[in-house]
Amino acid sequence: MHSSASSTPPASASRRLQLASLLRERWDLVALGLLAIAPLVIPALGGALGGQVTTLFIYCILALGLNVMVGYTGLVHLGIAAFFGIGAYSMAILTVPMYPFQMGFAAAAVISTLLAAGVGLALGAPTLRLRGDYLAIVTLGFGEVVKVTLRNLEQITGGMKGLNPVPPPGAGVTLGGVDLGMAFAIDPRYFYYLSLIVLAGVVVAMRRLENSRLGRAWVAVREDELAASAMGISATRVKLSAFAMSSAVAGLAGCLYAASLSTTADPNAYDFNRSIMMLCAVILGGLGSIPGTLLGVAILVGFDTVLAPWADSWIQQMNINPTGSSLLSFSGWRLALFGLALVLVMRFRPAGLVPSRRLAAELHEGQT
Amino acid sequence: MSVQFFLQQCLIGLTNGALIALVALGYTMVYGIIGLINFAHGDLIMLGACLALSLVTALGLATAGPTATWLGISLLIVLCGLFCGTLNVAVDRLVYKPLRSAPKLAPLVSAIGVSFIFMNMGLFWIGSADRAFPELLPSTNLLPMEGLQITWKDLLVVIVVVPLMVGLTLLVQMTRLGKAMRAVSQDQTAASLVGVDVDRVIAATFFIGGFLGGAASVIYGLYINTIGFQIGFQNGLYAFTAAVLGGIGSIPGAVLGGLVIGLVRSLSSAYVGERWTGAIVFAILIVILVFRPEGLLGRRTKEKV
Repeated sequence: MHSSASSTPPASASRRLQLASLLRERWDLVALGLLAIAPLVIPALGGALGGQVTTLFIYCILALGLNVMVGYTGLVHLGIAAFFGIGAYSMAILTVPMYPFQMGFAAAAVISTLLAAGVGLALGAPTLRLRGDYLAIVTLGFGEVVKVTLRNLEQITGGMKGLNPVPPPGAGVTLGGVDLGMAFAIDPRYFYYLSLIVLAGVVVAMRRLENSRLGRAWVAVREDELAASAMGISATRVKLSAFAMSSAVAGLAGCLYAASLSTTADPNAYDFNRSIMMLCAVILGGLGSIPGTLLGVAILVGFDTVLAPWADSWIQQMNINPTGSSLLSFSGWRLALFGLALVLVMRFRPAGLVPSRRLAAELHEGQT
Repeated sequence: MSVQFFLQQCLIGLTNGALIALVALGYTMVYGIIGLINFAHGDLIMLGACLALSLVTALGLATAGPTATWLGISLLIVLCGLFCGTLNVAVDRLVYKPLRSAPKLAPLVSAIGVSFIFMNMGLFWIGSADRAFPELLPSTNLLPMEGLQITWKDLLVVIVVVPLMVGLTLLVQMTRLGKAMRAVSQDQTAASLVGVDVDRVIAATFFIGGFLGGAASVIYGLYINTIGFQIGFQNGLYAFTAAVLGGIGSIPGAVLGGLVIGLVRSLSSAYVGERWTGAIVFAILIVILVFRPEGLLGRRTKEKV
């Protein structure tokens, strides 16, 4: 189709085309490079903004974890925040001074990630034979159970206050004359880089997984469970591994979250709303698509933390809303705009903003 | 903890459960017919409750005599039912209908979007703070004893819910429309081949589900006496759980599921503590689903090639 259109274009246009195709093929390296330079160029990243972007990276990790289950394997998961919470609280319990463990960051992160995976396995093993929507409600129910438990077991989880202070990574370690713990605590750019590195690692791991035997088995089960099992794939084992992988990545994101805030925050940070936001991000961006998932998170989080406050302050500056009525403020319309965006994207791009290439290839196979 | 206390809790649970069941019917009917978890249903009921509150104020029902009160309540139920039913049909036309052949998750996300839009409408309608819903019914005990209480409010729930459910069962089992609904839920293509107007049947299902939700919203206001723009989520969650527990798609299942959830809620609030209720309800749900994956009254369906 496009081969006929591209007959000897002028040189400048061809260079532009090359640049565009470079951006399309290597968007990941371009983005990573820009994000790596950003803190050196933009001083604001050394302040509150740096913390916000760090949180954005952490949500990206969480959404990539969710994508394993919802995107690759096609199982609706409505309780990912529970595993996020398990990671965060386990990190806190293993490191805060209140408990006798007081481990280092890395050891605690490994244990918390494994713990989250273990809980995922324990929940998945008896429930994975349920049909799709029943499984969705089980994950939703599990999310509520975890949230209520975190809130009510005050002796262990600190109730609504949460657990703190979670020490920063490298506390007490001096590297080249810099006290790493202090540096992490004072300069948000350290956490910025740490979470960026972890995010990049997760993206690379996900890519490898996507094309591995296991990743292809996930997709096969999503497309047709019966056919997959006829080909010798054990559907239960494949789904269980997806569940464990999702939980593990979500737990890892939780570890970073607790460490970067130096507290677990209150249990409401791990409620159904968070799960739904993540699910919307994955579906909005494109199921099973890594760039889509990242874009989905960036849009949703950006909407809440960047666009809404900015629009509100603009309205205030322009003095459009002297009476302070919620009808004339941007945040008054926040929910409706958000909802409308979800509806419109699903109406006009049901496969998401950046559909997965594999999905697109499958959908158009018959047309070529 | 006496026997009377236990009975009282069961009574509260069953009344609450009847209310949950009425909402659960809306979930289960829509799911049965197009396989959509209608996340916006809880918020639809919240909007119904907002309308009910506005109407109570506009009609001055809080100061009316007993006859006028009962007439007013009946009027409220009909008006809120029509409102929610129509709104539900309109949303189906505008949002879900164009997505009938889209990937399965697209309508689900749209429903979440609609639920956010509804919440915002509720926010503009009644404000962000919780609002008191006027007590229209006297809370005198109708039983001639001390320990056990049945009030007009409890009775109202029964008076409204039971006929609605009987009516729904008759509609689904006895009428042409009901037959068409059952046919569409089994196989849309086959139903349209034998002359069923599938779109009309789906619209009718949305209308009936919405109507029941509208009725539930009035009872909710009169029974719980507080409404807020966020009540939709919590109530939707319990009702949806009830529908799944009973076997989603099954009408008697939704009723049974609602009653079970209501009982579990009131008994666990009374004996374990209110703050654990959410965890207990969902833990029981998970356990039941592990042993009966198709829900209490759901049909076991074989996956077909």
